Amino acid sequence: MTAASVTPVRRRPLRDRLPIVHQLRQSMGLQRGMLVAGLVMVAVFILCSIVAPLIAPYGFAQRKDESGAFGTQQPPSPEHVFGTTVGGYDVFSRVIWGTQTAILVIVIAVLLSIFIGVALGLYSGYFGGWLDRVLVVVCDAIYAFPSLLLAIVLSIVISAGQSNLWGGVLAAAGSITVVFIPQYFRVIRAETVRIKAEAFVESAKVLGASNARIVFKHVFRNATRTLPLIITLNSSEAILTLAALGFLGFGIEPTAAAEWGYDLFKAQSDVTSGIWWTAFFPGAAIVFTVLGITLVGESLNDLADPRLRGRRRVAQAAGEVAATSVVPGGTLTAGPGGLDGLEDGQSFDEHGIEVRR
Amino acid sequence: MSTLATAPVAEGAPAAGRPKPKSQGGGFGRYLLVRFLLIFPTIFILVTLVFFLMRTTGDPITAAQGGRLGPEALAALREAAGYDRPLFIQYFEYLGQVATFNFGSTLTTNRPVIDVLTTYGPATFELVLYSLIVAFAVGIPLGRLAAYHRDKPQDAVFRVLAILWYAVPIFFAGLLLKLIFAVWLKWLPVAGRASVNAELQMQLVPNKTSFYTIDALMTGDPAVLGDVLAHAVLPAIALGLLTGGIFLRLVRTNVIGTLATDYVDAARSRGVAESRLLRKHAYRPALIPIVTVIGLQIALLLSGAVLTETTFEWKGLGFILAEFLESRDFVAVQGIVVLLAVIVALTNFVVDIIAAFIDPRVRY
Repeated sequence: MTAASVTPVRRRPLRDRLPIVHQLRQSMGLQRGMLVAGLVMVAVFILCSIVAPLIAPYGFAQRKDESGAFGTQQPPSPEHVFGTTVGGYDVFSRVIWGTQTAILVIVIAVLLSIFIGVALGLYSGYFGGWLDRVLVVVCDAIYAFPSLLLAIVLSIVISAGQSNLWGGVLAAAGSITVVFIPQYFRVIRAETVRIKAEAFVESAKVLGASNARIVFKHVFRNATRTLPLIITLNSSEAILTLAALGFLGFGIEPTAAAEWGYDLFKAQSDVTSGIWWTAFFPGAAIVFTVLGITLVGESLNDLADPRLRGRRRVAQAAGEVAATSVVPGGTLTAGPGGLDGLEDGQSFDEHGIEVRR
Repeated sequence: MSTLATAPVAEGAPAAGRPKPKSQGGGFGRYLLVRFLLIFPTIFILVTLVFFLMRTTGDPITAAQGGRLGPEALAALREAAGYDRPLFIQYFEYLGQVATFNFGSTLTTNRPVIDVLTTYGPATFELVLYSLIVAFAVGIPLGRLAAYHRDKPQDAVFRVLAILWYAVPIFFAGLLLKLIFAVWLKWLPVAGRASVNAELQMQLVPNKTSFYTIDALMTGDPAVLGDVLAHAVLPAIALGLLTGGIFLRLVRTNVIGTLATDYVDAARSRGVAESRLLRKHAYRPALIPIVTVIGLQIALLLSGAVLTETTFEWKGLGFILAEFLESRDFVAVQGIVVLLAVIVALTNFVVDIIAAFIDPRVRY
């Protein structure tokens, strides 16, 4: 091919194509503030989990050191900055170690649900047929169900009482995965159905490309644009579900790993007697982490929604506006298990059946 | 408008066009029917899912008694309960039971699960109702304010607040509220649905409903009513703020959306005052989507109720579910979960119908 025969396509510079960086440049004012604050909080959270062994003065299951036992329910002091729990653990160390458990659960849950949800969504959207119908109905049934109850059932199934680190983490991650699969499924399926009708897919077909090639090369690549948003959403959801399971006593035993929800579960009776530090610090850690991730997710969503984006910079990304899926009213509207707006909701009803409007 | 352009064919147009609007008009009945019929597969799928999931771990008796009984005693118990039969036979039997509203009996207390519903259901219903009131009272006015002051400091505060409410787990919010208002300030009771005295007085009411608010009203004693309401404040706030934050964001976006529509522009150009625009023109249509969203919130509220009830020892379905979980009574857990699935499916149906009734665009 000669250079002359190819019309040079100017690609946008790399900094505009990287997911977060692009949004950061696009944002302004309050939105930029929220995004930056969120990113900083997430960074602190990740950093904590990496350097946990260096920061945490004690192990998460440590009850005594060379100077003797820590004592139970000790108020914050220089030796134990956040005090000690009813079980005699150091609260600060457990808060720090808890970041590792949280990250582990997020990574496993999100990876698993993306993998399964995207695969099913691509298949369902591209090939259709009876399996598509069945999957849509099943996913809708799961979707409409209180996610926490499903997570409880699944954690009974997966761990059934055993609560070592991996058993507990897998139980939590697995139960979260099943709750999330329908979300990825719905979004990817809706996108696939939309993209399938595009001219470039048809021309690929005419050229004799195999289904596999079309699905992975043409459809999948174009269907992933909402994924960063759902990933952030689901990460915060994963932490909340893990904590909720822990709070209901389905957590990971304190000797196996540090888990914030479980610490709150154990701190319940402390609160009634005015002991605040055992509940406050693990809870604050949850709030901090979820807040950081949610701020990032919210900002991404708002920046993708032309109605909510700051008005001055609209032109900068105008080319992408029309086809962007967002959650109207912000991601929180969707709530756990609810991502209605992420689909091209106008053309699909809640059962994934195409609707003429 | 466009009728002017098509005037020449106007003679034939109504005749040709008539059937279509009519079928749309009859669409409501069809919509109702379709939505109603969709309840059944939803419940069926969930029952199937929960049944097989729970059985992959083994039978409930082994789960509850495992380790405590010898193998022979265990086998005898399993045989008595029918858990030694093939899984599919048990499954169809269970389906039959659910179809006749028999959700099984609990292992630990040997009570029918449906009894558990009538005993503890009202408490959960009351809690959800109160928290919805809190959510509306907080979400709608603040959302309106945020939209009105769009991109100003007030807006920023409200939006961050809404995100914060979402980020605080309900049980942590509950524990904090309890610590501040019940333990430190001693303004409100720590836990439970009523104090012992009030409960005793309500026991004497002839037709007890288990809805404490109603029972308290029937005692005719304002002190009892006050006691019951005081107990509800903290749980309702803990659960209500989460939903309130969601309403806030929804109202904000929708009001901003309607403020940008042509008819609001038209009204503005006619000289309608900005405050009246917000109040009369932009606000009401913005509320419609909330009705649609409530359906989704029911599932969220029930999840939240489980956690709120555990935090405040509010003796509702969630509280008792947590107790059964702790005692490993998985028959009861399965029964309650399936029961809640039925409730969610029915509520969603009702909400969808109401939404379709209010907003004709939902019907198709």
